[in-house]
Amino acid sequence: MVETVRNTWSMIAVSFVFALMLAVFPVGIEVQWVRPEFVALLGIYWAMYLPHRIGPGVLWVLGILQDVVEGTPLGLHALGLVVIAYICLLSYQRLRNFETWQQAFWVFVLVGIHQLFGNWVHSLSGNDAPVFLFLLPAFSSALCWPVLVFLLDRLRIRYRIN
Amino acid sequence: MLGLALAALLLVLVNIYTDILSPVRNHLNVIATPFYWVTDLPKRFMNWSDDMATSGEDLLVENAALKQELLIHKRKLQTMAALAAENMRLRQLLNSAEMIQDRVLVAELIGVSPDPQRHTVVVNKGSNDDVYVGQPLLDAFGLMGQVVEVSLDHSVVLLATDSTHALPVQINRNGVRAVAEGVGDLYAMRLRHVSNTVDIRQGDLLVSSGLGQRFPSGYPVAEVASIVRDPGQPFATVIVRPMAQMNRSRHVLLVFSNFNGEH
Repeated sequence: MVETVRNTWSMIAVSFVFALMLAVFPVGIEVQWVRPEFVALLGIYWAMYLPHRIGPGVLWVLGILQDVVEGTPLGLHALGLVVIAYICLLSYQRLRNFETWQQAFWVFVLVGIHQLFGNWVHSLSGNDAPVFLFLLPAFSSALCWPVLVFLLDRLRIRYRIN
Repeated sequence: MLGLALAALLLVLVNIYTDILSPVRNHLNVIATPFYWVTDLPKRFMNWSDDMATSGEDLLVENAALKQELLIHKRKLQTMAALAAENMRLRQLLNSAEMIQDRVLVAELIGVSPDPQRHTVVVNKGSNDDVYVGQPLLDAFGLMGQVVEVSLDHSVVLLATDSTHALPVQINRNGVRAVAEGVGDLYAMRLRHVSNTVDIRQGDLLVSSGLGQRFPSGYPVAEVASIVRDPGQPFATVIVRPMAQMNRSRHVLLVFSNFNGEH
């Protein structure tokens, strides 16, 4: 039992480290605008399947970590992730029964909320995005969702992450 | 849950409106270094394999070209030496301070800001190499920006094109002073408060004026790209193009200027 729990946490940690790396991988400025929010995507996935382990607390800490790594004002990602973790906790039972494409719509809304908070914090220091460019990651994240679910479902079942 | 959200909100506000958290941040930045190091590996591997795959013939050609270039630069330096000596004598005549040669440190870019709304880069030198907050960064073509966060072995540089950055410049042709501010576009900056009657033309070179006591004077900053003089507006709209290759340069220089910012 203890073994399984430790296994679960290490797999989750590895997946988040991987997401953080994808989040800072150097790409051109045009690609940066559409880069999916990998950390938020993984947060939604784990909060949906393991709500007893991944909740607002864990995602808050993770958000701070993402802020440190990305160099954004501390708390920017934490704020967005806490809000989407809360919404996930309220809706995970419904979310699990959705088709993948329906979940992708939901992910669009969640990441969109995350981006709204992010853009609001950026606007405090005068860095807000022109027009609705900041919503592009929500689109690309929703498009990534089916792939992510496909990969992570296999990982979750194979390694009995629970 | 509400507590966590409020805590995040409080952190954000403290972080944006005060500097209390910057020491904490500098310590936390140690966590960030490995991420930038690892994500830089593919690029380093490509460079390395490029080096390995180059034929001897190509190297000889490159070597010859570099030698030629060096010769040209050396010739320029010879005239520069005479000019510098003359400049020093004239300055002594005027009783003004001597120009001191700036000391530089060669650094390499190891990461760029993952956030498109912030123009920052990460370089591989930190407080171990005496890098300090406010230190100017140059590339081979002009001024790039200034250091805003220093960690042990890496530091974060705010580019001059970030929308929160402004720097004092002057027109190289006639010495007219202005302030160039970033607008969040890597290929453009804007000059603030240039009145419609100022003598400024398209193609003018802007150099740093040294007035802000942060950037050393005389480094190229930008070139005037377009000027719109609208009589209905109090000031002319001057768009300039940065000289430094903000998103391409990998080898950069950190300058230890003689006013050494906040040591």
